[in-house]
Amino acid sequence: MSLLVVEGLRVGYGKVEVLHGIDLTVAPGEIVALLGSNGAGKTTTLRALSGLEPVRGGKVVLGGESLNGVKAHRITALGLAHVPERRRLFSPLTVEENLRLGGYLIRDQAAELKRRMETMYALFPRLAERRLQLAGTLSGGEQQMVAIARALVLQPRLLVLDEPSMGLAPLIVRSIFGIVKRLRDEGMAVLLVEQNARQTLRIADRAYVLESGSILIHGAAADLALDPRVQAAYLGGAAAA
Amino acid sequence: MSEFLQLLVAGLTTGSFYALIALGYTMVYGIVRLINFAHGDIFMVGAFLGWTVLSALAAMHMPWGIALLLAVLLAMALTGGIGVVIERFAYQPLLSAPRLSILITALGVSLALENGVLLIYGPGFETYPHLVSTAGFVIGGAQISYVQIGIIFCSLALMAALYLFVHRTFMGTAMRALAVDRDAARLMGIDVERVIQTTFFVGSALAAVAGVMEGLYYTEINFFMGFIVGLRAFTAAVLGGIGNIPGAMAGGLIIGLLEAFSAGYVSSRWTDVIVFAVLIGTLVIKPTGLFGERVVERM
Ligand SMILES: Nc1ncnc2c1ncn2[C@@H]1O[C@H](COP(=O)(O)OP(=O)(O)OP(=O)(O)O)[C@@H](O)[C@H]1O
Ligand SMILES: [Mg+2]
Repeated sequence: MSLLVVEGLRVGYGKVEVLHGIDLTVAPGEIVALLGSNGAGKTTTLRALSGLEPVRGGKVVLGGESLNGVKAHRITALGLAHVPERRRLFSPLTVEENLRLGGYLIRDQAAELKRRMETMYALFPRLAERRLQLAGTLSGGEQQMVAIARALVLQPRLLVLDEPSMGLAPLIVRSIFGIVKRLRDEGMAVLLVEQNARQTLRIADRAYVLESGSILIHGAAADLALDPRVQAAYLGGAAAA
Repeated sequence: MSEFLQLLVAGLTTGSFYALIALGYTMVYGIVRLINFAHGDIFMVGAFLGWTVLSALAAMHMPWGIALLLAVLLAMALTGGIGVVIERFAYQPLLSAPRLSILITALGVSLALENGVLLIYGPGFETYPHLVSTAGFVIGGAQISYVQIGIIFCSLALMAALYLFVHRTFMGTAMRALAVDRDAARLMGIDVERVIQTTFFVGSALAAVAGVMEGLYYTEINFFMGFIVGLRAFTAAVLGGIGNIPGAMAGGLIIGLLEAFSAGYVSSRWTDVIVFAVLIGTLVIKPTGLFGERVVERM
């Protein structure tokens, strides 16, 4: 049973339609990759799912509940956590404050919130040493950790990540992907947007390729890695004719 | 020396009004990037609401301490409520419209408030009841009234409370988050509308306190009083760095002191020149204001 079901999703800016009817699903315990080149509409898709852009057509359903027209903060409450492109931390606030805001919806449960924040510090020990540092002064990798930790405080059902590897050294990307895999193995549903197809297809279970606002190909990640169209466009053309 | 002390206390007193009002300008600007031109009139409305409550309670021969406390609290609650209603019906529909529309709306709200009060209370001056005596004490040759001390003490306490609210509570942290990145705040599950309304409530309630204080201090209030005071408080917010809370507090006190000292040592006719010269001088050296860090967009 899929947790997230998207059917015929249309989104646009002003008069321009950017997504022309997208279908995709994500089930608990799987990492689904959404690949595509610059401007394909990946970020727009995620922003529509989490209520930051209005849905113009089609439907978005999370756990049987329609998200169409639901406000972003309500969608967060329904269990969708979105780690946005470029992290979007509250940079003049401390690491601790950023995490606390991640738990805004459980602010009345002080003890539980504290416990969950400690879980996050255990998951990302580098953040534990930097609790009182301003988020904007962290390294890129540490900032991405805050962005992910902040999204995990509410223990979401669906984690949506927009290019978490952007601008990070390979070693850090490996460790972040490792954590994403762990979350998947614990049963979380993950929708992962990336440009780096090779590395992403290695951890994903299924993948969709988005091009100019439409899904071009979708299937098991292992199959897509061998698909000549994907290889030509996204894997350096190794097997292209 | 005695004159200096006298002017210092007077400057801190008026500076307290400016600081409390400047906080409203700066908090709203920080969160919705709106210069709320109606904020000076909110202060005026607060003064009138406080006057109404105080007059009614005085007529009932209530002890002045209790009457004053009730008047301040009611004026805060009602004025805060008016601020929320203004936000909800005048500004909220325009938050994503071009900036100019909302600025013009703010001017319209300002006119509406002034004319509303003009209609209800008339064009003349209302006089605050002399509940609080003019008593005071002499220190170092300066005559200082208990009202001045009370005003300075209360505003400092309010500012400390606001600082704690903004830094220690979830709502305050949400406000600071919202000022940085509205979409990211939404993703945290923060109900942005509610936070914005809370900001208007707090800013308006603080202006109402300043309004009641102004009434107690100068005794006379008028529907037009918000214009000049609002302008000074706005200057204070810009001087401190608009969007910055400690900046508004410092800016208000600095403007109050400048005003008092320039009136005392130079001439009150030069007050505006001196205040704006200091503002311009500061902005030339530090374009974002004393405490401002972020380069704000130009309006
Ligand atoms: N706020 C906006 N206003 C107008 N057009 C936009 C806006 N945001 C995105 N677009 C347009 O929508 C299209 C899709 O953009 P989107 O950001 O979703 O692409 P993307 O796949 O995430 O690209 P990238 O890999 O570069 O992040 C682009 O043509 C872009 O110019
Ligand atoms: Mg993108």
